[in-house]
Amino acid sequence: MSMQSPRERTAGETVLSVENLRTAFFTDKETIRAVDGVSFDVREGETVGIVGESGSGKSVTARSIMGLIKSPGRVLDGAVNFRDRDVLSQLVDSNRKRTADVAGLSDTERANAVDEDDFAFVEEWDGDEPADGYIDVTRVPDSALRTLRGNGIAMIFQDPLSSLNPVYTVGNQIKEALRLHQGLRGQAATEEAINLLEAVSIPDAKRRITEYPHQFSGGMRQRAVIAMALACEPKLLICDEPTTALDVTIQAQILELLSDIQEERGLSIVFITHDMGVMAEIADRLNVMYAGEIVETAPVEEVFANPKHPYTQGLLESIPGRHPGEDRLRTIEGDVPTPNEPATDCRFAPRCPEAFAECESVHPVSVPVNEGASDHTAACLLYPDDQSRESAVETHRRRGEDSEEALNE
Amino acid sequence: MSETIQRETEVSSGETLVDVENLKTYYEDGGLLSDEPVKAVDDVTLHIERGETLGLVGESGCGKTTLGRTLVQLESATAGTVEFDGTDVTKLSGSELKNWRRNAQIVFQDPESSLNDRMTVGEIIREPLDVHDWKSPRERRQRVRELLETVGLREEHYYRYPHQFSGGQRQRVGIARALALSPEFIVLDEPVSALDVSVQAKILNLLEELQNEFGLTYLFIAHDLSVVRHICDRVAVMYLGNIMEVGPAEELFADPANPYTHALLSAIPEADPQSDKERITLRGTPPSPRDPPTGCPFSTRCPAKIRPEKYRDTDDELWERIEVFREVLRERDRAERSLSERARALIGMDTRFSDVDEMHEELFGDVAVPPSIQEQLDAVEEHLRDNDEAGAIDLLREEFGSECDTETPAHHEVSAAGRTSLCHRHKDEHEEPAEFFTHTVFGEQ
Repeated sequence: MSMQSPRERTAGETVLSVENLRTAFFTDKETIRAVDGVSFDVREGETVGIVGESGSGKSVTARSIMGLIKSPGRVLDGAVNFRDRDVLSQLVDSNRKRTADVAGLSDTERANAVDEDDFAFVEEWDGDEPADGYIDVTRVPDSALRTLRGNGIAMIFQDPLSSLNPVYTVGNQIKEALRLHQGLRGQAATEEAINLLEAVSIPDAKRRITEYPHQFSGGMRQRAVIAMALACEPKLLICDEPTTALDVTIQAQILELLSDIQEERGLSIVFITHDMGVMAEIADRLNVMYAGEIVETAPVEEVFANPKHPYTQGLLESIPGRHPGEDRLRTIEGDVPTPNEPATDCRFAPRCPEAFAECESVHPVSVPVNEGASDHTAACLLYPDDQSRESAVETHRRRGEDSEEALNE
Repeated sequence: MSETIQRETEVSSGETLVDVENLKTYYEDGGLLSDEPVKAVDDVTLHIERGETLGLVGESGCGKTTLGRTLVQLESATAGTVEFDGTDVTKLSGSELKNWRRNAQIVFQDPESSLNDRMTVGEIIREPLDVHDWKSPRERRQRVRELLETVGLREEHYYRYPHQFSGGQRQRVGIARALALSPEFIVLDEPVSALDVSVQAKILNLLEELQNEFGLTYLFIAHDLSVVRHICDRVAVMYLGNIMEVGPAEELFADPANPYTHALLSAIPEADPQSDKERITLRGTPPSPRDPPTGCPFSTRCPAKIRPEKYRDTDDELWERIEVFREVLRERDRAERSLSERARALIGMDTRFSDVDEMHEELFGDVAVPPSIQEQLDAVEEHLRDNDEAGAIDLLREEFGSECDTETPAHHEVSAAGRTSLCHRHKDEHEEPAEFFTHTVFGEQ
């Protein structure tokens, strides 16, 4: 069925690369380091999954990508680089002063060529127009975010009812997005709104656009929200638990719809959920998050067949039905900690069945699980598993110190 | 927790504890202009054996929570009986009802909203004891401390407030409160739906331990089918107020009989990316329980609906479109019309419902329609042009409908273990749903 096809597709260019992102919330009581050094890439036409328990920082990662972090939260450092020629040239046109020309520069030269408040980076020029480059979302000012959101990146939230305004008809809300981002008005906007609702398989769309959100069922509302997200033809769609509030039969419809749309439009999707079953179905690559960090990254088949990090293993083990013969479900002892301090140890160590002494003194970094696996990394002192434990620990210690120095500079 | 507890293979004793017969729970507005009542539970008959866990699954709005609440008398039944140990509890009132409530408790879905934030955990768990004037205050406090231990919390949690606890711990408090009066029967209304998978596993283990320790009988309401398969002895599948299929869990999951069970099971995402299981994707959403379809409740969405003899060979794609056409008309019929629209219809002006040609184009534009069917569709659309939607719907039902649209199916017994399923396809003259799916959905590739 349609679910199988995305995996066979060869991944295209990188659309989004998140590099060492740190987002923290500052409250009177404590500092919560919700996202603490997260890096991953999303390529064209690919679905990248982020999975983890509540409080692991999945949603904050998504919001940081969208530039939605508000006080008391702040993106501390790291970069969220989004590549799209159309959005880039629109933003460069209106923000010449804040554009950095990094064409043909090496990494060290770049650092000097970039001003404090630059957010658009052009790597190649086509006459006066940028031909290639990226935008660092974490540096984009509020005024330019509107161009980026919708046109470049769109987002779907968990609860469709709270993303829709109860006092406007569904049609009005879709038309608002069309007016703001594409300048469509009147009859043209109405027709486009009907087309969009039809594209997300809402029957009788012409009548439906005159109805209010409360007249839609849960699944229909989520479809309407997807239609709104598609209104500006984004390149990247972020789905934050879009099916968690829905029944399995409706969830199946929405997942099918998302993969159809992806195939049609070549969208890249970042999909966040805590449901491993949904992940298995929709994701191409999977990032497992724990207490603000990505602990394991691999193609989805690999994660399910050969989970390497003890947390991933525990997460998979606790799904009912994995071990049909057993009466008791397997569990992970303890709870997810709230990350308050910069990590100096493994945050999973207190719950980890395989923890040893060094786990409490060395902070693990993401390393390939063994020499041959370029595509499968885990942040755990047990890996790379083809090295002796001492030399593996040493690798983590050294790389941890390197990145610390880089931070202090 | 004690390590010695082993789940016995056969917990239930075969003796019926709760016997539900023809139970109906309707919600009525009671106003002057009230519509049809909401038929949340519509003629349910089932029994729960002492010591077993009966799972109740279905989509949201199918009436599973209402059924659970009616069993513990939080809602009053419109008709039918609920016999608990031989007493019809729908007839109880006053002190008799209060006394009986000790035997039947409920754990709610959302641990955020089911605990009073202004009471300490100790007070919350003690409240049922206070209400029923259980022994002396000192013994009550002692009992609460024991209960905290039983559900895996600690004694010092007595004086803490709910906001100091995580979701899993709060659900443990809810369970301790339900256990306070040593009930025999507990309704668990989606007790783990709001929890993460690793926390969920701990709560499920706890529930099983408690059942073995105290010989409890559970009604386990859930929409997560893998959880139900793990914890339940028998399962009832509910749709639009009706029990579609009920029987032993393993059997029902391995070899479902009812088309709805087939669809529900195939919709569960499997935690295995290699899985190539075929899926039956249901179209649309369940109809309104105010206005359930005549005939089989599942007839508007059923992928295995029986076709009239003369249309057996019609192209599947075209048949699907006809079903969608019927769905759209029913939907429109249900949609409220504003006063001005009614007026426009009366004086024969165009309404928003009158774009018949456009709809025809959208639905049938890209499929080949044989002349015999086109003729029928033309007649239907004629009705629509005359603003006679009811006529159009009737005509469609007469022409393309079958017994699924007109007669309520019986609960057919489908296995030696007493499993029953509500579907016309179990009659001898029709193909069984399983066979039908084998050569349609599952046989395509």
